[in-house]
Amino acid sequence: MTFVIACPNCGPREALEFSFGGETTRRAGPEASEQELAGYLFFRDNVMGRQIEWWLHRDGCRKWFLAERNTMTNQIERTFWPHERGRTA
Amino acid sequence: MHPIRYFKPWKMWRRHDLKKAYDVVIVGGGAHGLAVAYELAKRGVRNVAVLEKNYIGAGGSGRNTTIIRANYRTPEGVAFYKESLRLYEHLAQELDYNLLFSQQGHLTLAHAERALITAQERAEVNRLLGVDSRVIYPDEIAKLCPVLDLSDRPDFPIMGALYHPPGGVIRHDAVVWAYARQADRLGIEIHQDTEVTGIDVENGRIKGVRTNRGDIAAPVVLSAVAGWTSEIARMAGVRVPIVTHPLQAFVTEPLKPFLHVILVSATLHIYISQTDRGEVLIGSEIEPYTSYSQSSTLNFLEVTAHHAVELVPILGRVRMMRAWGGLCDVTPDYSPIMGETPVEGFYLDAGWGTYGFKATPICGVTMADLIVSGQVPELIKPFALSRFWDRELVSEIAAAAVSH
Repeated sequence: MTFVIACPNCGPREALEFSFGGETTRRAGPEASEQELAGYLFFRDNVMGRQIEWWLHRDGCRKWFLAERNTMTNQIERTFWPHERGRTA
Repeated sequence: MHPIRYFKPWKMWRRHDLKKAYDVVIVGGGAHGLAVAYELAKRGVRNVAVLEKNYIGAGGSGRNTTIIRANYRTPEGVAFYKESLRLYEHLAQELDYNLLFSQQGHLTLAHAERALITAQERAEVNRLLGVDSRVIYPDEIAKLCPVLDLSDRPDFPIMGALYHPPGGVIRHDAVVWAYARQADRLGIEIHQDTEVTGIDVENGRIKGVRTNRGDIAAPVVLSAVAGWTSEIARMAGVRVPIVTHPLQAFVTEPLKPFLHVILVSATLHIYISQTDRGEVLIGSEIEPYTSYSQSSTLNFLEVTAHHAVELVPILGRVRMMRAWGGLCDVTPDYSPIMGETPVEGFYLDAGWGTYGFKATPICGVTMADLIVSGQVPELIKPFALSRFWDRELVSEIAAAAVSH
């Protein structure tokens, strides 16, 4: 058993059904400097603890959604749609 | 007299009280941190503390699959690992310790035309740089490894392999202990159960570190913590292009020696070797999600065991004994990050993904040279953190992603 993710559409399923999309990032705008663009492309927070991240329900409804996961325990705290997140996420 | 009388309890390294200041603080008591400490001591820098939050070799150094090789894809990678392999060949003498070193040869199996082309490319790059690698075909593979299923029965039949004769295994724990013992003899202080909780930076310069045992002033701090690099770098205010993925492995019960070569299959995501204890050691690729959890998963065991039996059918009735996970600090280009950071005096030895253990001796030498002289050695220039701003990535994915 790996861990269980609750797809906002389909409900709780084993993590094997999902594809990981990485931590949420803030897209660099057209006026971004080289440094800012590199930051967006390559640099990550990679936190030890709670992380907001993208998941795709690959073997299910094929929808992208967000999850808050504790990266030390793989415990999923909550899952939600992108439009449900605040400006800070 | 009974022989046990002659056996005196002795220590590999001593305990010390933590001092208020050191010339160099190394965060992380794994193979890399200890190798740098040892090389620093050889260069006369002995007021050095190695801080380990757990026990020596608790992280990736004690969890890897002990494989060493130099058959990389990029000229930068090949030159670097070639030197590491050369140092490994003499490491037992250098450190006066039996490292159970065995250059049994390394086979990267190709199950597709495209994989054969990649193998050819690697063989060409290797040969140009003086590394012994060549592509071989099933007739020769059968002689090297008779237990491999070379028929067309598997889903992915074997079409050829990149053969790298100097590739081998070296006992990982012994490498850690040997470096620690020699570093201790040269006057380096090794502090276990000492966790860094903060790093002090003033005007862009490193001032020292805070630990659970007190604060330390130091003009030079090296982070050699592999999977935990992002957290340590964050303490110094440095952001890194690293994500931490778990990697898992397991060993079977011990068998008589039957496997005299290292088998790697990127298609099946596994690598297999037999240890000196007879256990068959099988590792996998990184998990597809980031995590700081080192626990093993049933899914890994099922998939990896299935693939191992596909390659070597006689493993079918062998029982699994232990499984574990480790953390890999993966970079976007599958090359390490070594050297200076925007914070003066704060150095990184990071981004080791799944290939850190192989680089241990050369990391010790190059990072010690950098810290002592202030000049970045040629071998590690391509691996600077600044390559991500300068758009000079060193893409090693062809030879580092799954091939161990």
